Amino acid sequence: MLRIRLWQVIVVVFICAAALLFAVPNLFNKESLSESYPDWLPSQQVNLGLDLQGGSHLLLEVQIEKVLIERIEALVDDVRGALRGERLGYTGLKMKGLTVIFQLTDVEKSDAAYELLSDLDREVQVQRNDQGAFVLSLTDSAIVERKSSALGQSIEIIRRRIDETGVAEPTIQRQGKDRILVQLPGIDDPERLKRLLGKTAKMSFHLVDQTVTDSDLARGRVPPGTMKLPSEDEVDDAGNPRYYPIRKRVMVSGDALVDSQPTFQDNQAVVNFRFDASGAKKFGRVTQENVGRPFAIVLDGKVISAPVIREAILGGSGVISGNFNTQSARDLALLLRAGALPAPMKILEERTVGPDLGADSIDAGKIACLIGLAAVIIFMLLYYGLFGIVADISLVLNLVIILGLLSILQATLTLPGIAGIVLTIGMAVDANVLIFERIREEVKAGRSPFSAMEAGYKRAFTTIFDSNLTTLIAAFILYFFGSGPVQGFAVTLGIGIVTSMFTAMLVSRYILVWWLKRTRPKTLPL
Amino acid sequence: MGRFRLIPDNTDIPFLRFRQGLFAFSATLIVLSIVLLFVKGLNFGIDFEGGILIEVGTEKPADIGAMRVTLGDLGLGEVSLQEFGSATDVLIRIERQPGDAKAQQVAITLVRAALEKNFGSEITYRRTEFVGPKVGAELIQAGIIAMVLSIALMLVYIWFRFELPFAIGAIIALMHDVILTLGMFALFGLEFNLAIVAAILLIVGYSMNDTVVVYDRVRENLRKYKKMPLIELLNVSVNDTLSRTVITSLTTLLALAALLIFGGEVIRDFTIAMIWGVVVGTYSSVFIAAAALVTVKPGTGTNVAPPGFGSAERTKVLDADDDGDEARKRFASLPAPDDEGDDDDLDIEVSPAEASGSRASRRATSSRVRRKKRRRKKR
Repeated sequence: MLRIRLWQVIVVVFICAAALLFAVPNLFNKESLSESYPDWLPSQQVNLGLDLQGGSHLLLEVQIEKVLIERIEALVDDVRGALRGERLGYTGLKMKGLTVIFQLTDVEKSDAAYELLSDLDREVQVQRNDQGAFVLSLTDSAIVERKSSALGQSIEIIRRRIDETGVAEPTIQRQGKDRILVQLPGIDDPERLKRLLGKTAKMSFHLVDQTVTDSDLARGRVPPGTMKLPSEDEVDDAGNPRYYPIRKRVMVSGDALVDSQPTFQDNQAVVNFRFDASGAKKFGRVTQENVGRPFAIVLDGKVISAPVIREAILGGSGVISGNFNTQSARDLALLLRAGALPAPMKILEERTVGPDLGADSIDAGKIACLIGLAAVIIFMLLYYGLFGIVADISLVLNLVIILGLLSILQATLTLPGIAGIVLTIGMAVDANVLIFERIREEVKAGRSPFSAMEAGYKRAFTTIFDSNLTTLIAAFILYFFGSGPVQGFAVTLGIGIVTSMFTAMLVSRYILVWWLKRTRPKTLPL
Repeated sequence: MGRFRLIPDNTDIPFLRFRQGLFAFSATLIVLSIVLLFVKGLNFGIDFEGGILIEVGTEKPADIGAMRVTLGDLGLGEVSLQEFGSATDVLIRIERQPGDAKAQQVAITLVRAALEKNFGSEITYRRTEFVGPKVGAELIQAGIIAMVLSIALMLVYIWFRFELPFAIGAIIALMHDVILTLGMFALFGLEFNLAIVAAILLIVGYSMNDTVVVYDRVRENLRKYKKMPLIELLNVSVNDTLSRTVITSLTTLLALAALLIFGGEVIRDFTIAMIWGVVVGTYSSVFIAAAALVTVKPGTGTNVAPPGFGSAERTKVLDADDDGDEARKRFASLPAPDDEGDDDDLDIEVSPAEASGSRASRRATSSRVRRKKRRRKKR
């Protein structure tokens, strides 16, 4: 324990110097760092968590079942078409749970129907019984694939929407099977973003069913193939939303849009849009055939507007006018540009911290750190004298190394993380205390300074290792089960434990051994 | 430099003599805590209950009464407001809204609109948190798993490094700390949230840390004083480690006090939990963990050294206690140590005959004196 080889000292000094180099950039503010700090030095700063720099944390859930439901609904239509095409009679064709069921009228033709349907869609498995009852369902692999691609697509759309709003450095992560974690640093009012992310933005153009009278509509009596949809913003005299009878058939889908921009028409904010080639052709045909009839623009099951077609629109671009203001026109254009989500989304969790609170927290954390540090340093100095100075040196080094490591690892520092550092300040001296107390005991037992130091370090090591490992276990578990801020706490705590062992077992020992060899004291000043 | 000592040298406080009384005291506290947990329950924060929390800052001292009226009229169920740290800072808690996640978002929008309408531009939003019911349930689950797992892992670790009786004693101390912390939270109705779960895990780690230091000494002393009665031996061990236990707790409390006073309002409850945990953890390590060993007696197997850290070497020598000759032979065969020699730890601490002597004499052994002489000669 008292024999120290040169290379060991070199390694330890190197580690400390490197940590210092990585820790120093944190003393500067961002601007001066980018302006006047030498390029060749590391200039990464500790990553601040959203609770310190301010920002918004949103946990979204994609309602992925909806994707499957849509898929099955489409399958019903496909099956109907296929059976009719082959003139196979059936009854009771419908969706049941996530399956399609029907009864074949002529059981003799069961094989033909089976073959036909088996070839219909490779993602579908067909089951039947002897009585001609058929059940079609998605294969397990198809379900997994659908879900995963829906999630992937959702992430992509969310990224586009967020990028369009100009938020810097967003984090968008997949979490589990159907969740997406969105972190938006610097956002203190996420209301607009929440609105943007909460919209599926599925747009489609439909004809309005003009055969339905107002009274029928009010009673909800609409013919099959027509649905009763509320208006986005129009209300009747009683303040209830206005309803439209809308033909279910999609004339043109929003998928065909290639661009959309907010603009003004007669001093009114509107959104213009442009279709791709095939969309433009469809749109042109529909408008040509329906001049003089109202044409509804439906977004997420609500009618934005239903203007009357004045003339055929052949250029593939048009204008959506509704009750927009500048902001809502801009948002709609953004949503249309970014595309529709494959399934609706719910916000499960939101944590937003304003920049004021973040800055206050950093200040409070810094002060608490410094005062805690000062208190512990003074205490150790008073209590252990010369040895206390050594413990204090290793304590300060400990902090430098923690800061350096956090910068190197680009770990995220959170408010509980700062608490972890303050706590580490208190606990880091433990290793030194264990050693010093052990040395004192050895001295009391009549050992010479050299032998007492030797024995003290040696014996304390097992104790330090065993006792610190328990705290390390706690830190690990926190890291794996915690989220966000709590993880930050686990990180600083874990790093603090390791560095405190490093500084106590190596740094303070080297210093004390050096002092011991140099002065060869008769007694230890403990 | 004149220095003070918190714990006088060579303390000989008969901690273990009070063990029955202290056991009864702790058991009473534990029962009280459990009763409190059932009767009063924990004041779960939105992390677990779900719900909405909004912290607003105002330019002038906030008129909480007026805000309460404004928000109470929104029909959002239970709305609580409190001053948070300063007069210009208000914490608004709104109970979970019936319905799904959307209902919560609607409530947030309503609150913001109402605040803006009545209090205008002077309001800044310092923090908005909302946790849906689903996430809350998952967080509870993760929290419980984390706590159980950490305690289980500690048990396994102590079992591996020490012996089963030590593990049992340590777990008794741990449960004691965790239950008392929960009881304290129930008693004062402090908000129990994710950060508090983190604090409890830390308390588990810290208390274990303290306990291990004491146990480590018990283990060492068990090897050293083979004939000493267990209670006396435990007492010696606790006294041996007492000054370390006190000093470390003190420095940790110093740092935590700085955090409590200057660290800001957001982590106040977290800090309170940790301070409480350090106090309880220290108490349980000194009074409960060691005393528990009286009941779950560490067996003779304890005398086998744990694996690793070169302690096997020491054990070999220690095992030779009864056979001093072998140790002496080994000693003689070693190369003469240079003065800072990295020599093997050769202290033949005590022979059974000496074990009944005073502690000071137990430690001063003839072999050590001899080695000292050799060193001096070399120099």
